[in-house]
Amino acid sequence: MTADSTPALVQQADAATDGPPAGPSAARGPRARNTKAYLQYVAAKIAGAVVSLFAVLVTSFFLFRLIPSDPVKQMTGGRPVSAEQLESLRHQLGLDQPMWQQFTSYIGDALTGDFGASFAYHAPVMDKIVEKLPATLLLTGTAYVLYSLIGIWLGTRTAWRNGSAGDRFNTALALTLYSVPSFWLGLLLIIVFSVGVGPIPGMFPTGGMTSGDTSGFGYVIDVAHHMVLPVITLVAVGYAQTLLVMRSSLLDEMGSDYLTTARAKGLRDDVVRRKHAVPNAMLPTFTLMFVNLGHVVAGQILVETVFSWPGLGSLFYQGLSTPDLPLVQGLFFVFATAVILANTLADVLYPLLDPRVGR
Amino acid sequence: MTTTDSMPTPTPASAPPEPVRSARALARARKRQSAARFWREYRRHKGGMWGLAGLILIALVALAAPQLVGADSESVTEASGGALESPSGEFPLGTDQFGRSVLALLVWGARVSLTVGLLAAFLCVAIGTVVGIVAGHFRGWYSTVLMRVTDWFLVMPTLVLAVALASVMDRSLWTIIIAIGVTTWPTTARLVRAQTLAVESRPYIERARALGGGHGHVMLRHVLPNVMPLVLAQTTLAISGAILSEATLAFLGLGDPTITSWGSMLQDARAAGAVSAGDWWYLAPPGIAIALVALAFTLCGRAIESVLNPKLGVAR
Repeated sequence: MTADSTPALVQQADAATDGPPAGPSAARGPRARNTKAYLQYVAAKIAGAVVSLFAVLVTSFFLFRLIPSDPVKQMTGGRPVSAEQLESLRHQLGLDQPMWQQFTSYIGDALTGDFGASFAYHAPVMDKIVEKLPATLLLTGTAYVLYSLIGIWLGTRTAWRNGSAGDRFNTALALTLYSVPSFWLGLLLIIVFSVGVGPIPGMFPTGGMTSGDTSGFGYVIDVAHHMVLPVITLVAVGYAQTLLVMRSSLLDEMGSDYLTTARAKGLRDDVVRRKHAVPNAMLPTFTLMFVNLGHVVAGQILVETVFSWPGLGSLFYQGLSTPDLPLVQGLFFVFATAVILANTLADVLYPLLDPRVGR
Repeated sequence: MTTTDSMPTPTPASAPPEPVRSARALARARKRQSAARFWREYRRHKGGMWGLAGLILIALVALAAPQLVGADSESVTEASGGALESPSGEFPLGTDQFGRSVLALLVWGARVSLTVGLLAAFLCVAIGTVVGIVAGHFRGWYSTVLMRVTDWFLVMPTLVLAVALASVMDRSLWTIIIAIGVTTWPTTARLVRAQTLAVESRPYIERARALGGGHGHVMLRHVLPNVMPLVLAQTTLAISGAILSEATLAFLGLGDPTITSWGSMLQDARAAGAVSAGDWWYLAPPGIAIALVALAFTLCGRAIESVLNPKLGVAR
């Protein structure tokens, strides 16, 4: 919705003003000056991203230290352990060191990609994240591509036929689906299409990624079968934002003189739309898509949990309920990093698409 | 943007000729006029009117909850029905696992969801407005620092941060309100800052400064009234987001276990095995209620936005 999309747009507008002004270099041509200014702009954006990454790292350390829990008690799980054993475990985990020492060693290890060992899995956090990442990328990546395409397509159609019955219906439907809690829609889909209600038989599996030991082509079909309901949930809740941004930016363009010119040249209506209006209206949608891209990695904690999808979202939920401090720290950092990288990529690519920005 | 004190308001022809009026009376009359103008514009948005009607209805239901369904309907021990009964004449939406009427819980849950939605949105918009105005008004390093902090909050995964905050603090309604408010303000801060910059570039601000208006005077008497309409639209949109977030956090089991909200109803339903048993009457109503309230606030917010900025082209 507009509320979420505007910050990105405002950010873009800021990016334009934050960028270094092209210095007076009369000796070089305008092109060289532009390239230099652009490289400076890119360098500034990357530097900003590095600062943000470091801030995220520091946050992840302090935020989760605040959770009132004793990791050692969690690990021993109520088994009878002697005080010496507890002490040695504390020492092993480095919990007996002063806070600042824990902090410096945490930052030092994290910079080499080491977030320690998970309390629950007794395995390095990064290994666990790398293991679960493909499942999340598969699910949310598929949903991302689908809802972006559907959103752009429907947004273009509704704006072009602004005020028609189809426009009103599609906008109302999108706003309604946008107001629906994703996890609730998931649960409802499970009831209707997995458990079955009345005459509707349960035709899709209730959760997980596979239902047994299939291999080769059968495995692909099995995973696809398991993906249907979660992907429908994510797409239904997700496409509205793209639709609304695409619709409003196309409506902005539609009064423009260059479209009248294009029509006056005798171009057909859909050529005017495809070749002239849509490319210009794509810019805000493009920003939104990059913002969403960052969230592909962060996955959908709730949808993954509801469908027991073995990805990063479910892992985070488990980590929080344990609580598994190193795991949650590592995931928090990975989620935030993905968003920062996607935003930086958008900042860097945007001036190439819209020459008015960043030069 | 409806500017209350920058644009000269034409005196309506019907007004009686009053050559001398106090400045205060003039200001009041202008405010009344711009409110009337706003309402005339707003009324033309069909979606906004539907949203407003829905909100009034839901607010009335929430306020009249004790009269409508009885004060003891949340009690587990005095539940009158059997566990997980399907809808019947006595229980129009069936019962939960303790034999309580789902309809009664739904009505009580409206109070919690609306309270959390309103307070969290208020907190979010209040922080955002203060940060936005201060960052827009002052130049130099503290503006930069404030915007850096805003950016940093903006890249944090909101839900993850809210979940972390909610799990760090005690399990209460205030925890949820604070967790939502503290994680969602950067959007508002950025919008308000942009608007503040636009307002401060106008000549009348320079005039106010020349007449000796200090920072506080400029920010409170000139900038704030001009960002208020934008803030109003932001609040309405933030409420629907906050209601969804409340449901999410309660569903994750981070809410107050003693209070019934729509999110905690969904969590209870899932815990009671309503999903695998196919008890749709227990699961469907809370979700529909959340969606309807969130939709109503969104419709109002979009209507307000498009009154303020007709270029947005929101469907009427």
